[in-house]
Amino acid sequence: MTAKESPAGSSLSTAVVAPRVTRLRENTLLFSFTDDHSKAPELILQKRVWALAAWLEERRESLGLLEIVPGMGNLLLSTAVQSVGACSTRDSAGIFDLDSLSDQILILWPTLASTDIKGRTIEIPVIYGGDAGPDLKEVAAHTGLSPDDIIARHCAGEYRVYCLGFQPGFAYLGGLDAALATPRRATPRLVIPAGSVAIGGSQTAVYPSTTPGGWQIIGHSVLKMFDPEQVQPSLLMPGDLVRFINMGGS
Amino acid sequence: MIEVLRCGALTTVQDLGRHGYRHLGVGQSGALDPIAVRQGNLLLGNPAEAAVLEISVGPLVLRFDQDCAVALTGSGFVATIDHGGIDLLPGHVAMIAAGDTVTLSKSLVPGARTYLAVAGGIDVPLVMGSRSTDINARFGGLHGRPLQTGDKLATGLCSTNAVPAKKGIRPLSPSHILRALPGPDYESFTAQSCEDFWNQAWRINHQSNRMGLRLSGHALELLQSLELLSAGVLPGDVQVPSSGLPIVLANDAQTIGGYPRIACVIQADLWQLAHVPPGTSVYFQQVTVDEAITALVQQRRYLSRMEDSLRSALREAC
Repeated sequence: MTAKESPAGSSLSTAVVAPRVTRLRENTLLFSFTDDHSKAPELILQKRVWALAAWLEERRESLGLLEIVPGMGNLLLSTAVQSVGACSTRDSAGIFDLDSLSDQILILWPTLASTDIKGRTIEIPVIYGGDAGPDLKEVAAHTGLSPDDIIARHCAGEYRVYCLGFQPGFAYLGGLDAALATPRRATPRLVIPAGSVAIGGSQTAVYPSTTPGGWQIIGHSVLKMFDPEQVQPSLLMPGDLVRFINMGGS
Repeated sequence: MIEVLRCGALTTVQDLGRHGYRHLGVGQSGALDPIAVRQGNLLLGNPAEAAVLEISVGPLVLRFDQDCAVALTGSGFVATIDHGGIDLLPGHVAMIAAGDTVTLSKSLVPGARTYLAVAGGIDVPLVMGSRSTDINARFGGLHGRPLQTGDKLATGLCSTNAVPAKKGIRPLSPSHILRALPGPDYESFTAQSCEDFWNQAWRINHQSNRMGLRLSGHALELLQSLELLSAGVLPGDVQVPSSGLPIVLANDAQTIGGYPRIACVIQADLWQLAHVPPGTSVYFQQVTVDEAITALVQQRRYLSRMEDSLRSALREAC
């Protein structure tokens, strides 16, 4: 175990605990910025994670970074220099010093401003209920709300993209009305169609591609969430605000 | 052009993988054994990143409509050039004449993986920097899916000669020992489970696939139930879901996960994930970061030596 505490930890604001760093393998580091895993991290903390990801992104080439993956209150990075697949077998001359990169990031972390990254506001048109949202009734049964009420509350929310993962372009959204939280289905569906708008526990999401899964499908959107041919393949990016627009149904 | 006359499940176009897009949720894909890809491409004088076919279930019958050099690497299949009834010797270049078929019959070891490289590489469009098939998201490779009977594959331009057939390379043999570092949640497991993890033979379950190797054995236990925020994961990470039975993430794994990670397989041993078919067993061996780096450097040296030796054979052939 190669975890260590931040040397600058004591000077951090009370909202931010000392990061925990783990060396996952020779080319991979995981930084965890919160101890509380019971709920989504505070937005102020997540904004710092985005700021760190942006700082690293600017230095992707010079630091020889391969992957920079912001998660929920954490960030994973890997370097290309020590990757078997992604770089020439000749690049092994200098094995990159991940310890010094780790120290650099720990010193940087408390100085990162948690200022807003320029998130856009994206409106997602949704057809709710019926064939488009076969589980709307189940969410109604669980929450005790009427389908119309569920739609109104789902559309009233303002959702923040915390990070992307699971599928290409799949956004982890914060901000679901707590009254709409519904457990995953006891038996997962074999197919959740691309474009499905769903609720799983206290989260909501739009599925960019077809997949099996247990989330409750309440609607469908025709928006293309991910297109690998585009310069910017993902419709949603961390920091963006999302609103759902009711296009009918229920 | 290469025509697919017959095709079992799960033959895909792969290269060294799609890197640098995990922050968008885009997985790595790519050959599970990147060393075998490098070997095949080196033998043919292709660039290292040329796309090849990854075959794990036979049969596969291909007809070539032009003369073409090919090389078989990896493990598990016997391949023949039908019209001559000639065996394709793994790790060596073979010349296929226009009109000939190449047959990879049933795999000798079900679930093993073989790679067929062709001179010029399999020519499919680059998508996000790679020709690899992302089966889950359905892009890359040939139409984002495994090959089917009737498919036609273009090959790229062959720029150089291949290594003469008399000179070849021996495939690496998997040791079935996966060296690993303790993972970020290692200390959340009971001492007994940590011991069990390193000491028992883990059987590869039949539900294993390119997303992950599912292991059977004595289930692992956490000290107490553990909730984790979703965080980035990589191939080689060993997740332990609530069943207590570990999953070694492989190339098609999702980019973010929330299960406790007891260990992370080091890079030098990731290629073995291609060659531990269901029914076989693996052990995990704990190593330090320094040992992991040493292992990687040694692997690089092996690859460099192989490159030098094959390049000089190529020069002699010219």
